[in-house]
Amino acid sequence: MTSGAAAHHVRTGRFEAEFEAEGALVPDQVPAVRLTSITKRFPGVVANRDIDLTIERGEVHALCGENGAGKSTLMKILYGMQRPDEGTIEVEGEAVSFRTPADAIDRGIGMVHQHFKLADNLTVLENVILGAEPRRFGRIDFASARAKIREMAQAYGLRVDPDVLVETLGVGERQRVEILKVLYRGARVLILDEPTAVLVPQEVDELFGNLRELRAEGLTVLFISHKLDEVLTVADTISVIRRGTTVATRLDPRETTSRRLAELMVGSELPTPELRESTVTEDVQLDVSGLTVFTPEGRPVVDDVSLRIRRGEIVGLAGVEGNGQSELIETIMGIRHADAGTVLFGGEDVTHWTTRRRREAGIAYIPEDRHRHGLVLEGPLWENRMLGHQTRPPNVRGPWVDRRGARRDTTRIVQAYDVRTPGIDVPAAALSGGNQQKLIVGREMSGEPRLLIAAHPTRGIDVGAQAAIWDHLRQARADGLAVLLISADLEELIGMSDTLHVILRGRLVAEVDPRTVTPEELGSAMTGAGARS
Amino acid sequence: MSEPNGGGEGPSPRKDADPSGPSDRSDPSGRSGPEPVPAWQAILRGLGPRGLGLRIGAPVLALLISLVITMILLRVTGADPFSSVQSMVDYGTTENSIVDIVNRATRYYLSAVAVAIGFRMALLNIGVDGQYRLAAFLAAALGGALTLPAPFGQMLVIVAAMVVGGLWAAIAGVLKVTRGVSEVLSTIMLNAIATGLIAYLLNDQRLAEVRPGSNNVATPRIPDEGRVGSLNGFLSAIGIDLPGEVYGLLPLAIVVGIVFWVVLNHTRFGFDLKVSGLSPSAARASGVDARRMVVYTMVASGVVAGLIGMPELLGASYEYSLNFPAGLGFTGITVALLGRNHPVGIALAALLFGFLDQTSDVLQEVDVPKEIVGVMQGVVVLTVVIVYELVRRWEIRLQQRAVAAELATGHDLAREGSTS
Repeated sequence: MTSGAAAHHVRTGRFEAEFEAEGALVPDQVPAVRLTSITKRFPGVVANRDIDLTIERGEVHALCGENGAGKSTLMKILYGMQRPDEGTIEVEGEAVSFRTPADAIDRGIGMVHQHFKLADNLTVLENVILGAEPRRFGRIDFASARAKIREMAQAYGLRVDPDVLVETLGVGERQRVEILKVLYRGARVLILDEPTAVLVPQEVDELFGNLRELRAEGLTVLFISHKLDEVLTVADTISVIRRGTTVATRLDPRETTSRRLAELMVGSELPTPELRESTVTEDVQLDVSGLTVFTPEGRPVVDDVSLRIRRGEIVGLAGVEGNGQSELIETIMGIRHADAGTVLFGGEDVTHWTTRRRREAGIAYIPEDRHRHGLVLEGPLWENRMLGHQTRPPNVRGPWVDRRGARRDTTRIVQAYDVRTPGIDVPAAALSGGNQQKLIVGREMSGEPRLLIAAHPTRGIDVGAQAAIWDHLRQARADGLAVLLISADLEELIGMSDTLHVILRGRLVAEVDPRTVTPEELGSAMTGAGARS
Repeated sequence: MSEPNGGGEGPSPRKDADPSGPSDRSDPSGRSGPEPVPAWQAILRGLGPRGLGLRIGAPVLALLISLVITMILLRVTGADPFSSVQSMVDYGTTENSIVDIVNRATRYYLSAVAVAIGFRMALLNIGVDGQYRLAAFLAAALGGALTLPAPFGQMLVIVAAMVVGGLWAAIAGVLKVTRGVSEVLSTIMLNAIATGLIAYLLNDQRLAEVRPGSNNVATPRIPDEGRVGSLNGFLSAIGIDLPGEVYGLLPLAIVVGIVFWVVLNHTRFGFDLKVSGLSPSAARASGVDARRMVVYTMVASGVVAGLIGMPELLGASYEYSLNFPAGLGFTGITVALLGRNHPVGIALAALLFGFLDQTSDVLQEVDVPKEIVGVMQGVVVLTVVIVYELVRRWEIRLQQRAVAAELATGHDLAREGSTS
């Protein structure tokens, strides 16, 4: 390595650690990061509870858990974005207290966010040094920065040209820029939040190559994911978090299987979602055929999807997030336009109807992101009760808002659905997540819908609310409602579905029998690895 | 399925706060979950404190702060702050001044309401200026060319102005929804185009005539039958005698304010508009046609903008000339901000701005440059905006704590209902 001396200069901060690691091929005595009984509460929920986690130097440590298990909160705590209510953080054996991400960066902890934070109109070089510019005689010293980036890029195998504009880069390259940015600031512990969510398989392989090089250079990587096959491929050790606490720590990937991990992630003590006698009728309520949706780049995100939902039937859709589920339901709701195919609702062709017309016809919608799509957080509860129903009684009379009617009905929902709130004039933002969701469910169940599209109806809410929402779904199904259910909770999908489809890269690749399938089989079907039935 | 998972330390439902974590994407916790609304959005969309005390207290506090800053400024410029402010107040409360202040405020009010309509759905109609000038000009040309019996001439001119303003604004709306052009850019450019168009048409060969004895160019005068008399007759009937002429169309501004309030708070359209401004994504999911709302809102804003010039045109000048008041559209933006896009707030803000403008002349008598009034207006707006935002955030935090506390003490609507 010709630039060896310079490379050492770049990595001065880690020089010692590296030297030690080379000297003795055993893990260091002092872990890179140690979290002890971390607890974080939000109004109404405990996001993290007594979490203990040890991350050794020079390892790729994977943290798995379902959506809503508390991974992100934990990482935000470690990165100084939130402060724990209880517990301690030690970095290199020293207790620390981070007030801001800047404090975390000072201690050598860097985070690569799932959504990139890059300025498109700047070059890679400018993006990397932004906010940490080397100066020379009061001016930015681009030459030395460029040299430093080149060295780092070479040392860690992060191929990227420092002088091209970021807007010309692909997703994988952008991610490398993000990693460089963090390394440039002297990070020795990298947190990668769902780094593969946005990558195509080849890019994933490349990223894993990079991670191995980082590890070889003595860096520590904390890898957050819920994709089990990836975790098993890249991690040296695996910890699993469920419902806010660690249920398994430092598992050896050679001694575990994705089946075991799935069990740990899902757990067994949940109130069991299950359906009793079948209520499926012969009336087809929703008939989607050949539905195709393209991205602006012309790639199909929903690819020739056909499915039917009969009255009294719950059709589940299983898939790893980002495989076209969101696009599919948004197209059925009319929020997106179908590029091909038809949507029949109760025998009527609604493919070109507006969202409002579809809602008025009786399609109810529990959106996956309740803060962005389900609620107006600043609005009081009764205004949120009107949302999506603002053309129908009891909320309006002709063109006029019927305040009294809307308010009365909001009170009804609050009581019937057990929404914990002191009143209906508080803004939706003041409620806890579970109560917000119960309000949404109550709202969508009113007005006698004929089809319910429920995306992650119980995500991130407490067990009691979850069981209540399942009850409501069962009741609605018995009353003849057709339901399209999307969930990341495989037990929920299996237990609550009459029919279960698997979606992968925008296509329905399999239909499985929810009465016989196990979460493990479903999980492997979702990743495309398992046998297709 | 039980071995290493902590020995079934399963959560016991309902006993205490359940340990379910916030989900990655949609963090459900009230406190940290929702991204706080950025300050500028909160300002544009008229978010503010909800409690009545704070709604009144916050602006009063802000005005006091800005008064202190203004006095410091006056001191710095070498004037005696107390006597300067005193002379402004003295001059501003004379009967002559009051008439002028009310007339100015009428124009500012209409302009600010036009701006506020767009603001409430996060549309920045910077083109109110061009819209009202073009509308006033074309309506003046129409009114000068026709003689119709009493109520019809006035109505025709007013309706024509509304139509012109609405159409001119619609261009920006249509460009936004069909071509994705930012309404900020298109309306600024439309302002320039309106200026050029008026300059071209305001010519004795086209829609205007030269006033003999001066080099002013104006549209033909609106005949007596087409004018709106001053409000003084009505005012003296209720016991208020004022020396100057109060715009006869002052009630029009009040009606516009009431309609704005009613539409916003009591109609489906207003609900859709508010929701679109607060959360475009939630509005779309609820079935609001975002594109249509953009066009409708732009048109509504332009229609009100068309009215801005009417009190002056039909009540005082009777013609559109080179001297017709200009720049009201930009003042309207400031007044709307100051009035928090609320019809009553805007009225107070318009009066305050009218007062400051009117009394700027008197400052010269105490050796203060009158331009300091512009600085004062800026100080007022900045202070109000900042104080409101701080109070709003403080109140949200307070509210969340209050909700948690009330639930903890058992005040829970859900439970009360089930027991009663």
